[in-house]
Amino acid sequence: MKRRHFLGLMGAAGVSLTTGVTAKAASSADVAGLPNAGGVLFDASRCIGCRKCEAACNQVNELPKPAKPFDDLTVMDTARRTDAKSYTVVNKYVPKPGENPVFRKIQCNHCMEPACASACFVKAFKKSETGAVVYDASVCVGCRYCMVACPFNIPAYEYDKAFTPRVMKCTLCQPRLLEGKLPGCVEACPKEALQFGKRRELINIAWDRVSGNPDKYVQHVYGEHEMGGTSWLYIAPKPSFAALGMDEGLGTTSAPELTSGALAAVPAVAGIWPVLLTGIYAITKRKDKIAEEEKKAAVEAAIAKASADAEAKLAEELEKAEVAGKRRIEVEVKKALEAAAKEQEGGEDA
Amino acid sequence: MSTEHTKNGSLFTPFNIVAGIILAAGLVVTVMRFTMGLGSVTNLSDNNPWGIWIGFDLLCGVALAAGGYTTSAACYIFGFKRFHAAVRPAILTAFLGYALVVFALNYDVGRPWRLPYPIFYQQGTTSILFEVGLCVFIYLTVLFLEYLPAAFEWKGGFDKYRSILVKLTMVLTIFGVILSTLHQSSLGALYLIVPSKLHPLWYTPYLPVMFFMSSMFAGLSMVVFEGTLSHKYFHHKMDEDYNANYLDLQFAFAKGAAWIMAGYLAMKLLGLSMDNRWHYLFTGYGAWWLLEVVGFVVLPCYCYAVGYRDRNIGLVRLAAPWTVIGIMLNRFDVSLIAFNWQLPSAERYFPSLGEIIISLFVVTIGVLVFKFIVTRMPIFYAHPAYKDSSH
Amino acid sequence: MFNTLQDLMLHNKSITYVLMGVVLVCFIGFWRFLTGREERNRRY
Repeated sequence: MKRRHFLGLMGAAGVSLTTGVTAKAASSADVAGLPNAGGVLFDASRCIGCRKCEAACNQVNELPKPAKPFDDLTVMDTARRTDAKSYTVVNKYVPKPGENPVFRKIQCNHCMEPACASACFVKAFKKSETGAVVYDASVCVGCRYCMVACPFNIPAYEYDKAFTPRVMKCTLCQPRLLEGKLPGCVEACPKEALQFGKRRELINIAWDRVSGNPDKYVQHVYGEHEMGGTSWLYIAPKPSFAALGMDEGLGTTSAPELTSGALAAVPAVAGIWPVLLTGIYAITKRKDKIAEEEKKAAVEAAIAKASADAEAKLAEELEKAEVAGKRRIEVEVKKALEAAAKEQEGGEDA
Repeated sequence: MSTEHTKNGSLFTPFNIVAGIILAAGLVVTVMRFTMGLGSVTNLSDNNPWGIWIGFDLLCGVALAAGGYTTSAACYIFGFKRFHAAVRPAILTAFLGYALVVFALNYDVGRPWRLPYPIFYQQGTTSILFEVGLCVFIYLTVLFLEYLPAAFEWKGGFDKYRSILVKLTMVLTIFGVILSTLHQSSLGALYLIVPSKLHPLWYTPYLPVMFFMSSMFAGLSMVVFEGTLSHKYFHHKMDEDYNANYLDLQFAFAKGAAWIMAGYLAMKLLGLSMDNRWHYLFTGYGAWWLLEVVGFVVLPCYCYAVGYRDRNIGLVRLAAPWTVIGIMLNRFDVSLIAFNWQLPSAERYFPSLGEIIISLFVVTIGVLVFKFIVTRMPIFYAHPAYKDSSH
Repeated sequence: MFNTLQDLMLHNKSITYVLMGVVLVCFIGFWRFLTGREERNRRY
């Protein structure tokens, strides 16, 4: 019911990003969508920037010790992102100069339809039933397309390793979840800025808190629909999520939907191209054949014409020859007659 | 003619010196890359996981190797039979191009020995990159089979296999066009998943179509461009058949390229219109987009068209490298310049010297292998013994 | 600014249909330009 509030904030920026998306490949009736997946609600108005979550994460995940200790809060003077040595970081934002700072914790949002999993060509990522998006380094080729694809810029890479570089990101403490424990960061939070639970229930808690205090909170639960929804949910004090460095224009289309159109075109090309190309080839061949036949016919006609001409000429020649022959005979006959006449005359004389 | 004297003269020609320096530098960077990791030689970061080894070596490499499928399709499917002397050089260029793309990928991925995994071990079929990988792998095999007759003719003694391959020409050609359509377009589709990272002027649902269309005129332009270069340096290797149709081919490809570029331009504009992105044209990125589209699509297209119209081969030969640069600009825009456009400039990517050296290294290897093959095998001429049944 | 996706698409597609018409006419013009001197020159 409270999800209706959602539309107000999203605005045209988010909507315009979704306009180009083609038909969804799979019918949503076939997708259950993990209704019991776990998640974490982060309330930026409660976070005091103590970095205890960072310390806990570092310890639980046995990550290397940072250059500056976790109780050094000056670290937050510069904006940071997750990297190969830290699955989570807390950043400090000052929405208006002179006002109190607001803090935001950054880690993998554990998307309901993860872009990293959609992009991975060896199935190294999986959305587990606990809600965690887990990574399997034993098959990872290191193409880093997951890092390209992630809309939240979360996965990091061990660029300094020559032989065993891994993609590094928050696991939602999957091993702990399976033991029935809380994620390290949630357990360590002294101000209940982090709350673990079923995502379905967290959405209701978030909306109760937000709509119960409309002057304080932005009327939006970030992560409820962004990129198809995320297991991590955020509520923030006014003025906006953008003031906490969050992208408000991500849109609601999940990663699998963004690529489903192009994926659907692949079998279509495999089905249509052979027919089309062979067709063009056949037409070309047919044209060649027709041209060949026309050429042959033309040659034959030319030969026929030539022989007809030759025959006519021969006949003419023959005729000419005949006429000439006749004339010659006539001449000869005449000559003979004349000679005979002379002889007769001579004979009469003798 | 002009390279002939190098054979008699010293080994230290300007070409050999430059190639030698690049190869030596490339080997040094190679050792560093594989002993100390990607971080030691690249400027790649967590926000910029793909640099010029993808933007140039993969995206430009594949687009510019499109001459193989366009030429063989023109000759065997669309009936331009008199251009069949141009098929072998185009197939060879494409084969080398793809082989080098795969070679270069070994530098870019974190664990290159696992490159066969997505095909043979665990298939992530929802990934556009899976489709690209599969198609490139199969197409490389197809190109190898298409190229093989030339090697057989050179070595001799493989007549049986050669004649089988020659009989398969049509099948291989059609297969090649299908595979090329798929992976050329899929390289564009790779970026469909990042609407929030790629600038709206470049992000469009038409990305796959645009990549495919541009690969066609990229291929045609590369054949014209490479033909011009080869004509200059390997003229003595070319037979009458090649030379007789050489001008005709360049004009015909100019016409084809101009026409496809017109269609590409239409798609570019309709893509903006579909999502109402016009207002971005009046920003800094808009100026850059206009530079790409007007400066490197409209103008070379016009140059091709006038060259064809007036039978001015000079204009055609000018338009070809111009178009090639335009394609490279487009691939750089999509993969690097307009990618992560919202990040502050301090977090943007610029290639390191090591990355540039490896890209040059790969191109140099390509040129050297091409030179090695065309000076030995029947590429620019039909082998005397196989003239009648020439592939 | 639009209130619904329907309104936005109505706007975008209307422009696009007009542009499509223009594009198609331009194609004819360009083809005539490209092939205009073919008879005088040679085949293709």
